[in-house]
Amino acid sequence: MTHPFLFLQWLEKQFHLHLGEHVTYTWLVMIFLILVALLVKRSIQTVPRGLQNILEPVVTGIEGMIEETMGPKGKAYFPLIATIAFFILTSNLIALIPGFYPPTANLNTNAAMALTVFAMTHIIGIKEHGIGYFKHFCGPVIWLAPLIIPIEIVGHLARPLSLTLRLFGNMYGHEVVLMIFFALVPFLVPLPMMLMGVLIAFIQTFVFMLLAMIYIAGSLEEAH
Amino acid sequence: MEFFAWCVMAAGIGMGLGSFGTGIGQGIAISKAVEGVARNPGASGKIMTIMLIGLAMIESLAIYVFVVAMIILFANPFTASVVEMLGR
Repeated sequence: MTHPFLFLQWLEKQFHLHLGEHVTYTWLVMIFLILVALLVKRSIQTVPRGLQNILEPVVTGIEGMIEETMGPKGKAYFPLIATIAFFILTSNLIALIPGFYPPTANLNTNAAMALTVFAMTHIIGIKEHGIGYFKHFCGPVIWLAPLIIPIEIVGHLARPLSLTLRLFGNMYGHEVVLMIFFALVPFLVPLPMMLMGVLIAFIQTFVFMLLAMIYIAGSLEEAH
Repeated sequence: MEFFAWCVMAAGIGMGLGSFGTGIGQGIAISKAVEGVARNPGASGKIMTIMLIGLAMIESLAIYVFVVAMIILFANPFTASVVEMLGR
């Protein structure tokens, strides 16, 4: 249930390397993003031209959303969230080009990103509140703590799991459905599914970004 | 051989049940969101954001079922032992 032909995998076979297709396509997405960033950085102007026109509203939009959900303190975490958003969006969208495999349709890529967000929330929490961060886990009243702490721990551990599986399930499910449609009727029938793929790519990026923001904002706020 | 037939059935029926509940849940959520926007169109941006988060949460239920179905179909941990038993 994968693509019939992936050009980077073919290239890999020519060089007798043993890398997963998700690794090579992650590198491709990284190279693409770095090149675009360098191209835009070289010619930043007050009146945007060309590529800057596309990227400026997106970056401003993400900045506004961070301001809205995380408050003024959240500005420091803009690079992390924007990087994750751009990476996920690009790797979701290359799924629609024949010969490309979305790195997000593999559990390992998603687990890496979800664990980064998970670790960041706790690091930020400890950096922000010191030892008082553990009040977040104790609930409102101190004698309820033995009851609340296990629930909170399970809740926190469920976060990276759900982040990983949501993105993986959406992207992989879309791949499987597309392949089944291609096998049944290759002409014109998979097209609505591909349109749905564009929608899914944007919505899943948005959801991942928003949940990362909410988790980080949750550890930024004071315990109550 | 019956084992594999039951595997396929379990995957199919499980996916159906999972998407059944998820569909109802998402329908309720969207209907309430549309109601809210109709009453107060000015708040549509905020309602949209909250609705999308909620939908993603509900949707993950169906995604879990999908992952389990894929494990049953393509990565079943019992397949090796069943094949070995059949061979005997």
